[in-house]
Amino acid sequence: MSLHHSDDPHLWNLESELRMFALDGPPVSRRTVIKTGLVGAAGAMLAHSPLARAITPAPAPAPTVNPKAKSVIQIWLWGGPCHIDTFDPKPAAGADYTGPLNGVLSTNVAGIQIGELFPLLAKQADKYSLIRSMTHGSNAHETAAYMVQTGRASGGRDVFPGVGAVVSLFKGYDAGYKGLLPPYIVLTELQGRFSESGFLGPKYKPFATGGDPGQARFVVEGVVAPGISDERQKARRELLHQLNTLERATTRGDARLGAFGQCEQDAYEMILGDAGKVFDLSQEKGDVRERYGSNTFGQSCLMARRLVERGVPYVTINHKGWDTHKQHFQIMRRKLPELDRGVATLLEDLKSRGLLDSTIVWVGGEFGRTPKVLWEPPWNGGRNHFGRVFSTLIAGGGFKGGHVVGSSDARGEEVADRPTHPCDLIASMYELLGIDPEARLPHPEGADVRAIPTVAADVQRGGRLSEIM
Amino acid sequence: MSSHALHPYHGTPHSTRFPFWWFWPVLIAGAWWMEDTRAAEPAAKKGAIVASNPFERPLPPQPQGAIDNAVFAQLARLGIEPAHVCTDQVFVRRVYLDILGTLPTAAEVRDFLLDRQPGKRAKLIDHLLQRDEFADYWTMKWCDVLRVKAEFPINLWPNAAQAYHRWIHTAVRDNLPYDKFARALLTSNGSNFREGPVNFYRAMQSRTPDGIGRTTALTFMGSRAEKWTEAQRTEMAVFFSRLDYKGTGEWKEEIVFFNPEKPLKAPSGKFVFPDGSTAPLAPERDPREVFADWLIRPGNPHFTRPIANRVWSWFLGRGVVHEPDDLRADNPPTNPALLDALEKEMVASNFDLRRFFRTILNSTTYQFSSIPRSEKPEAEANFAFYPLRRLDAEVLVDALNQISGTTEKYTSPIPEPFTFIPEDQRSIALPDGSITSSFLETFGRPGRDTGIEAERNNRVTAAQRLHLLNSTHVRRKIEQGPKLQALYRARGGNREIIDALYYTILSRAPTDQERQAALTYAKQPGIDSRAAAQDLAWALVNTAEFLFRH
Repeated sequence: MSLHHSDDPHLWNLESELRMFALDGPPVSRRTVIKTGLVGAAGAMLAHSPLARAITPAPAPAPTVNPKAKSVIQIWLWGGPCHIDTFDPKPAAGADYTGPLNGVLSTNVAGIQIGELFPLLAKQADKYSLIRSMTHGSNAHETAAYMVQTGRASGGRDVFPGVGAVVSLFKGYDAGYKGLLPPYIVLTELQGRFSESGFLGPKYKPFATGGDPGQARFVVEGVVAPGISDERQKARRELLHQLNTLERATTRGDARLGAFGQCEQDAYEMILGDAGKVFDLSQEKGDVRERYGSNTFGQSCLMARRLVERGVPYVTINHKGWDTHKQHFQIMRRKLPELDRGVATLLEDLKSRGLLDSTIVWVGGEFGRTPKVLWEPPWNGGRNHFGRVFSTLIAGGGFKGGHVVGSSDARGEEVADRPTHPCDLIASMYELLGIDPEARLPHPEGADVRAIPTVAADVQRGGRLSEIM
Repeated sequence: MSSHALHPYHGTPHSTRFPFWWFWPVLIAGAWWMEDTRAAEPAAKKGAIVASNPFERPLPPQPQGAIDNAVFAQLARLGIEPAHVCTDQVFVRRVYLDILGTLPTAAEVRDFLLDRQPGKRAKLIDHLLQRDEFADYWTMKWCDVLRVKAEFPINLWPNAAQAYHRWIHTAVRDNLPYDKFARALLTSNGSNFREGPVNFYRAMQSRTPDGIGRTTALTFMGSRAEKWTEAQRTEMAVFFSRLDYKGTGEWKEEIVFFNPEKPLKAPSGKFVFPDGSTAPLAPERDPREVFADWLIRPGNPHFTRPIANRVWSWFLGRGVVHEPDDLRADNPPTNPALLDALEKEMVASNFDLRRFFRTILNSTTYQFSSIPRSEKPEAEANFAFYPLRRLDAEVLVDALNQISGTTEKYTSPIPEPFTFIPEDQRSIALPDGSITSSFLETFGRPGRDTGIEAERNNRVTAAQRLHLLNSTHVRRKIEQGPKLQALYRARGGNREIIDALYYTILSRAPTDQERQAALTYAKQPGIDSRAAAQDLAWALVNTAEFLFRH
């Protein structure tokens, strides 16, 4: 690292860099750094801070020219939805494969058929494409979720960041995002750290809303506090400021206290300012809310639309409950209609508001499920994990609708045509988002890591999704 | 007079029947005054002392011992004025948090402040080093370094993570000397479910000889082997080239063992230790043992220096070499004499870490106030004051629970075998990095992916501020927590409530000014006394003073 040399050309940008990272509160004061000019001890001291990362082999966090997509809505079906009950039906494979869900629906695109529980999505097929040849081969939830959302193989020392964290690096505050809403939001709970910020650290973790958008009032954790009036909020904030004895005693200042104060201001922008109003779903007309479905998932889709409308670059809906080893078909009959309504309405609504062209909608889980139904005990009609082939729905933001990419074999057990690896989908999304696949990620130890793994990194790939771009 | 005689309710700190703090303010004001005048020069006036802040003693500090001498000499050379020594109120809170990862109760604070015997700081340090929470907290720290986690990407599996944690906990509790601790981890054989330390060799993503070599270098030599030469890494890998793993009939059980059938090959024609000396490897001998014996050999700086530096960084916020796990020739110590003194002390302690802790904790340097008296940029790297550090995620949530008398829910992503998590589980005692909560995730608990110290992230974020200022999670604790509720109902009126909340939350008495601000707040029209008390508790929980170790 070149930190020890005061002729480092990046040094001249130091003040602005420091301002950029003020929230992160590097463990030294601004003055400290400026005075030492980053030589010797102070340089070494800074070596791991985000500040140093920004100065040394920093990525250029400005997206490339004219990105088609501005935002991503990731509908994450945690647990692994069955491909053949959803987007890759196999009625000809017989009841051992289809179970009771042996019907198919023709869609508004000739030649594309989907599962029988998706009547609303069947009318929207011109807006999305289906990838039926997703594959990575892992049947373990965490590893598969990691592979699907990072595009990397597991193993080695590093834990890589997921797509959301990378997007919030390249389209968030570092790239001039000015919104008061966090650039990466998850509805409503974190899904697990491996799929999130990885080595990029907590700054790029999503903001988890908590609460339930399906309730009469969506109580976003930290933003909405029912029963505490704005007057009381203001009064007790005033009290807090009177009791900040430690800050007052620290007459020479402390960078950490400065960052602490700034974070408080930002928090109150959400609590008392306009930023937090986006979460008030009662501002939507009753029939709009109903169209999305009066349940947590449907209202999450509506919430996601409101967020991208306000420029949030990445929203994840963490939709759980797809790990159906037992009671698979009963659960599908309950969950698939909700999924159908929420996603179909979201696509339609985005389209009618002119947002679909700039918003990627990505629907899928970490793997599919065993195509052959497990009738024997203890499963009694369940399906297990299946990473060899599975399906993903992708729409908007420059992805063409009405296409099918790749295919599985007659029983949905192998990729028949055009294997598509997680890395292919992610690289294609980055391209549409204007993120240079060669851009370096700020690695804490300065390792050379690119947004998309280099060919040498031994990650399997099937190539850009040119069919639908 | 002993504090016991003064305080008939000693031992029932959580009693709600009596307002046990009712006569503290007078006594404690006296104690605080006494402390400061004792230290003060004759010319110092009481008025001047009272007018200062509740955090620092009024007089300049004095060095005591080799460690302080090294620090003070360097500060003098650089023209940096050191911070003053912290007050007893700051000290009691600080040592509870630093030694136990636990906030002192109001009663514990009171007992300490009222103790008028000389040497009470040293006495408190000795007492805390023997408490049960010591083993819990330092096991947690070691589990970060040793990557104790059931799930991805470490994938130990719950029973193995528990066995590993249990072994570390026992070692910390029984004060197993650090050299023996390291040797046991490096030379173990057996089942991951039964022999806790074998999990050292499982708790890494890359279980190749090279990957194990890198993990070993990081853990025990404080060195990033990624920065070594290719040849050095290959030579290191040899020591782990005959390690093997095999499954058993039991689900997820794995045996880690020395496999003599694996060939012993010298990549460069000879066997070499990381310091370049020749390693006496022989076909019949487990090379890990040869390596471990070299590592812990008396006077091996590759072993003594990293641990001395690491422990220093745990208490002082940064190593003399920083990062504490990035020792290398081109990353020099900020104060070589200090590092020497620490190394000597480590050797003199025979790797008894409690003894080593005690020496650091009793130093003037450790007891500096967090209020810098120098604007020189080098002050922090030269330990001129105690650095503010946000409480660790686990410590913070435990503190909130302790204050309010509430508990947390933790979950693990692994359904089976079910890990039983008791209702009153303390976060610092969680046995497995996969057992977590959204609070712990939000507040930067480390992923335990690599064992690198910097994985723990204690920076303040806006999301954390939102959570503390306004979440239902924290709000419920403040409004409904049984211990706080008892304080809100305190007899004697607002003044007593204010004092009790200060002792409970900030471990000190309010200043006159603070008491006045709180009283004024409670007298506003339109706010009842209960809401005012809740708002005061809320405000104190949201001060920097609560959120930071200071």
